[in-house]
Amino acid sequence: MTRETTISILIIAGLLAAAFIAQAMGETFYITLATRMAILGLAATGLNIALGLGGLVSFGHAAFFGIGGYAAGILATHAFNSEPLLLGLPGTNQMIVIWITGAIAAGLVAVLIGLISLRTSGVYFIMITLAFAQMIYYFAISWPAYGGEDGLSIYVRNAFPGMNTLAPMSFFLICFGLLALGLIVFAMLRDSRFGAALQAGRQNETRLAAVGIGPFRVRLTAFVISAMMTALAGALFADLNRFVSPSMFSWHMSGELIVLIILGGVGRLAGPLAGAIVYVLFEFALGGITEHWQFFLGLILLAVVLFARGGVMGLLAGRARHG
Amino acid sequence: MSLTLFIEQILNGLQFGVMLFLMAAGLTLIFGVMGLINLAHGSLFMVGAFACATVAAATGSFWLGLVASLAAAAAAGALVEILVIRRLYERDHLDQVLATFALILIFSEGTRWVFGSFPLYLDIPQLLSGAVHLPGGAQYPIYRLAVIGVGIAVAIGLYLLIGKTRLGMRIRAGESDREMIGALGIDIGTLYTLVFALGAALAGLAGAMVGALQSVQVGMGEPVLILAFVVIVIGGIGSIKGALIGSILVGLTETLGRFLLPHFFGLFMPNSEAATIGAALASMLIYIVMALILAFRPQGLFAANA
Repeated sequence: MTRETTISILIIAGLLAAAFIAQAMGETFYITLATRMAILGLAATGLNIALGLGGLVSFGHAAFFGIGGYAAGILATHAFNSEPLLLGLPGTNQMIVIWITGAIAAGLVAVLIGLISLRTSGVYFIMITLAFAQMIYYFAISWPAYGGEDGLSIYVRNAFPGMNTLAPMSFFLICFGLLALGLIVFAMLRDSRFGAALQAGRQNETRLAAVGIGPFRVRLTAFVISAMMTALAGALFADLNRFVSPSMFSWHMSGELIVLIILGGVGRLAGPLAGAIVYVLFEFALGGITEHWQFFLGLILLAVVLFARGGVMGLLAGRARHG
Repeated sequence: MSLTLFIEQILNGLQFGVMLFLMAAGLTLIFGVMGLINLAHGSLFMVGAFACATVAAATGSFWLGLVASLAAAAAAGALVEILVIRRLYERDHLDQVLATFALILIFSEGTRWVFGSFPLYLDIPQLLSGAVHLPGGAQYPIYRLAVIGVGIAVAIGLYLLIGKTRLGMRIRAGESDREMIGALGIDIGTLYTLVFALGAALAGLAGAMVGALQSVQVGMGEPVLILAFVVIVIGGIGSIKGALIGSILVGLTETLGRFLLPHFFGLFMPNSEAATIGAALASMLIYIVMALILAFRPQGLFAANA
């Protein structure tokens, strides 16, 4: 086992252990904190497929995070009010149905966004993905049917067969399970033929084309998978807060997802999760000291970019091999 | 819908476009010369507005405030360039995005710390406070006309600066080959700081002028920043001409879309629904325009040496 694998496993197991310790101490608040880490970690792992493996710096992943969130919010509201949704289909409070709906919706939107955005590269790609996310953000604000600017409350957390999702620990385990699944998907993608093509496209597009693989379709596929995983996290995030609002679509959210990845280590398996753990801890620790915690968060991030390249994983497991 | 109202909306669109140009010109210059994507440009806009509001409140003079906004934004820009940005030129865009995102957090929260969460207000100066009569009997505030005038003056000034002066020549040379001008004995470090401060001053000027139209508050730069990104993507990154045309296009599209789309949908559906759909679509309109332009010209309308 390489050092990186050991440390990755330690980080993942550490999160699980932390939740169980919090449970044993009766500190449900810390379980919620761990849940938040798992969800943000999953969202950033999704983005890591596009950004870390494919080199596609999407500054608009909040769009997919929000779509997942609104899928949960809208379906749950319709189920709660017993109003039919589309074509007479009812809403639902079953998490599994919500996840599938959210992921498919995000996937379809990602195809549209990807078809246009992936024609560009570099800074253009960053700004176009940002612009698309803003488009959806403004739509969510100005469309009054689902709360508009005020957002949408989920009165009772959605259900999962055989579990009481209202218990913090059960909900954490659901989120942790999906996170583990997301990490497995990431690792499998990374080591597959597809992942090799995706990473080759990041390193040298011309060479990839020279061996007969067009980068566009590979990237589009990666972008869509990435969006679907982030949407899944969005649905969980909505259930965690029992509330969705247009702020899930905001560019701050997109920025935060990128921050998590860089903080943890770009393209590394456990990077996004490590980033999410550190970020939530910062938020919690600094927030307890000063209401101006974002100021210090900014300073810390700046220091990480300027002086600690490679993030947490770079620090613990050495520099990544990818270049 | 009368003609006068229409003219008024076109002027509003122009005024908005001109203000976007002040932001976009700096962004596109910084990207063109240094290859840097600067998310913190909106913070410099905010710095300008706060400096203007503070100095105007202390001295009672909007004009001193305007001078202060230019000075404060340029100084903040130069300081940030020397302390942080300088280290980012050789990095990839991802690092630049993160570092400037961190700068936004620092600027926004720092400003909130000093000035509190309540918005400040800035009065329109006496000299420009009236309104002029438009053909057709409508009135239009002089101040907004003055903003359009300032924007046009800046556009001409930038054109002359970049096209006709020695500094402009160096900036253009820096855009096309930075190693070469370094080899010719030009201090690139100083040149970069100057360009960054110039861009910052323009953003600060925009912030001060907008501050008199809206309230001055933390986060006011962010919506403008994102629109300025749309502008430079449409215009072609690195091109001042593209920034000007993109700004006017975005300003007019945004303003006229909000005005016309509800009317348009009103033609064939009930008014309340038309207002809702019109407003929702209008808020997305510029992004749709951008997507269309990029679908046909992925490098923007006037791509500089891309």
